[in-house]
Amino acid sequence: MEIPFTVSERPDTGLTNPKFGIWLFLASEVMLFGSLFSSYIILRTGSLDWPVQSDELNITIGAVNTAILIASSLTMVLSWTALKEKQFKRFKLFIGLTILFAVLFLVLKIWLEYIPKIHHGHILSTNTFFAMYYLMTGLHALHILGGVVVMIFFWGPGSKMWQTNPDQFVNRIEVVGLYWHFVDLVWIFLFPTLYLL
Amino acid sequence: MTNAEYSRQSFWRQYIFSVDHKVIGLQYGLTALSFLLLGFMLMVLMRWQLAFPGEVIPWLTFVVIFILLGLAIVFLAGKKRPYLALNSLIFFGIAALIWYFTTGEERLPGGIMLPEFYNQLGTMHGTIMVFLGVVPLAVGAFGNYILPLQIGAPDMAFPRMNMVSYWVYFIGGVLMIISFFLPGGAAQSGWTSYSPLADINTGQTMWLVAMLFVIISSLLGAINFIVTTVQLRVEGMTWFRLPFFVWTQLITAFLLLLAFPSLQIGAIMQLLDRVAGSSFFIPAGIIQGGKVLEYSGGGNPLLWQHLFWFLAHPEVYVLILPAIGIITEVVTNNTRKPLWGYPAMVYSLFFIGFMSFLVYAHHMFITGMGTAVTTWFQTTTLIISIPSIIFLAVIVFTLWGGSIRFTTPMLFALAWVPMFGIGGLTGLPLGLAPPDIHLHDTYYVIGHFHYIVAPGSIIAFFAGIYYWFPKICGKKLNDNLGKVHFWGTIIGMNLTFAPMLVQGMAGVSRRLYDGGLGYDHAQPVLFLNEWMTWGAWIIGIFQIFFILNIVLTLRKKSRSEENPWDATTLEWATTSPPIAHGNFITEPFVYHGPYEYNVSVNGQNVPYLPQHKKMDIED
Repeated sequence: MEIPFTVSERPDTGLTNPKFGIWLFLASEVMLFGSLFSSYIILRTGSLDWPVQSDELNITIGAVNTAILIASSLTMVLSWTALKEKQFKRFKLFIGLTILFAVLFLVLKIWLEYIPKIHHGHILSTNTFFAMYYLMTGLHALHILGGVVVMIFFWGPGSKMWQTNPDQFVNRIEVVGLYWHFVDLVWIFLFPTLYLL
Repeated sequence: MTNAEYSRQSFWRQYIFSVDHKVIGLQYGLTALSFLLLGFMLMVLMRWQLAFPGEVIPWLTFVVIFILLGLAIVFLAGKKRPYLALNSLIFFGIAALIWYFTTGEERLPGGIMLPEFYNQLGTMHGTIMVFLGVVPLAVGAFGNYILPLQIGAPDMAFPRMNMVSYWVYFIGGVLMIISFFLPGGAAQSGWTSYSPLADINTGQTMWLVAMLFVIISSLLGAINFIVTTVQLRVEGMTWFRLPFFVWTQLITAFLLLLAFPSLQIGAIMQLLDRVAGSSFFIPAGIIQGGKVLEYSGGGNPLLWQHLFWFLAHPEVYVLILPAIGIITEVVTNNTRKPLWGYPAMVYSLFFIGFMSFLVYAHHMFITGMGTAVTTWFQTTTLIISIPSIIFLAVIVFTLWGGSIRFTTPMLFALAWVPMFGIGGLTGLPLGLAPPDIHLHDTYYVIGHFHYIVAPGSIIAFFAGIYYWFPKICGKKLNDNLGKVHFWGTIIGMNLTFAPMLVQGMAGVSRRLYDGGLGYDHAQPVLFLNEWMTWGAWIIGIFQIFFILNIVLTLRKKSRSEENPWDATTLEWATTSPPIAHGNFITEPFVYHGPYEYNVSVNGQNVPYLPQHKKMDIED
């Protein structure tokens, strides 16, 4: 017994099961971050003493991190197209670069932002702005971390599937890519909301 | 994997960490029914306190009844059926839990209930019934078992994810029970957990952690159901040939997928308020016990209510839509007529699913949102009653002129129609802001939503269990025991919930520990508390017939026919129970709509035309 349409597309819907599944998951994620952004708006508009955000946060690091994530989105696509063209080594290179960028993002986030702020005594209980800042960026960082774990798997042991079932492996990388672009997109909204506005 | 390979799998793979949707469906069903029983027991303890405030609760009687039930199951199961005997653990467990409640000074010392413990019971009753009982039964059990069969699929689209979603739900449930044993006890801020009370009350942290597990489980489940329905329909199973039950599961899955994230954010924020000292829901200068609490303030307590009800209103439709699906299957099968308005039902379902996201703030009329917002939400609320009425009307029109078979599932389905009607109509005054200001937080609200969920959803699940039991076990439940169970349940439920409406209109508040004894305006309706308590006992006692019916039926050697109800949908196109992996021996092809009863073929009347039988129907 095989579950149909795990690798090939169903003709009338034009989708494979995993691709449809990840889109539904992303729909749910839109509601998750949507609730978060709505909460942010309600708390900020209701606040009497919301700090000037750009004074509290380091715009330079935020901007560098934005560039890093956009670059990682590019390398993610390149790794997938490399697989489509059956260039396995190129795939390894580009997904490796994506992992590198993602880790770099987390390192900058934690070492240059979270830790100095905590040293200055700016934590969740300081005020609602910092609580919201840690919650929103923290949840996003967890998503990045999840992506890193999955990508390392497909860079390392998971890539053996390329030998046994290349079609399914390409699909898997596409699904990871969709997730990764979504996580990057969330940051594109988070950066101006928290650092610039 | 062939069947031979499948049966060589280890015990753990076959029965515990199975990836077969039928086993997972049964796991969900058994767990959810156990939680329903537990949630019911918590309520019976509360009801005794409400009827006889401050008097000793007959806890020993409860313990003895549950031990006897457990022993009866062990005895009836006999040596040959050790797995059946294992189910007695559920009853011994509940007996042990009640016994545990009476130990210690902070719960039921000597059988007399403390106010804090009453709050814990109320909170846990609501939480267990909604999140751990009814939803997993409606979606996890019925959806998992029946949906892939009805669309002719070999399994769910993601079998391993299906297994994970059950076990994540199971962990959430276990954590919820464990919270009773923690210092400070279980959560006591109501199932709605309004901030800022829930931010500072004891017991809430574990509730939030357990809820996060339940939320993740339902997210995984929802994705699985949608992908399965869209992708795994067998050839010929076009959208408008889907049985209506499948439609209800599909829309329900969308509600779970899109509504639960807002509670997830709310739960994370409340958790951070509690453990990290943030003030998402805490305004400045909050005072507890005469002392100003050390919070930075600046939070918004109403934000929690928005996040909570944005989930919890669609959740109401998660409770009722699968029930409507089950009722539709049972009613068409037993009236031997096609469903009267299938497209109307489907479009209503889409409309109700969409609208359910636009009505949630009718739970918040008394928070002072302003008249403009209130007007918007009471308008949408009245609009959403239209599709519900279409459902009821279609079912009544389907009954019209049919030759009705009064089987046990049909009795439950027929009773569902007026019960859901009462539940729906009592909701109208609550949907309008002016009467709601009087009725808000009274027993009227409790009466209303219990009519929706108990004689609404749960009655429908009983109909479903009696209807699909021959599919799942190959044996038909006893009709006489079923009818006794039916009458006792329906009478008990009405005796319990109708007086709530009366008390509520008299203004009795819903969270009173003494049932209104201390209030002048409650005195004329105080006697109803005793009625309701006996009503709850009647419900409980008649469930014994249900439990015994299942055990006695499983003991029977004779099997029922493959298709005992002469049904048309695809789940009856395979053996009963379906083969272990893959469901169908040969993949079916679908030629007809789902409810072709008494159609004419070649000038002859065909009593029922299964979806997979090729015949030309004449108009």
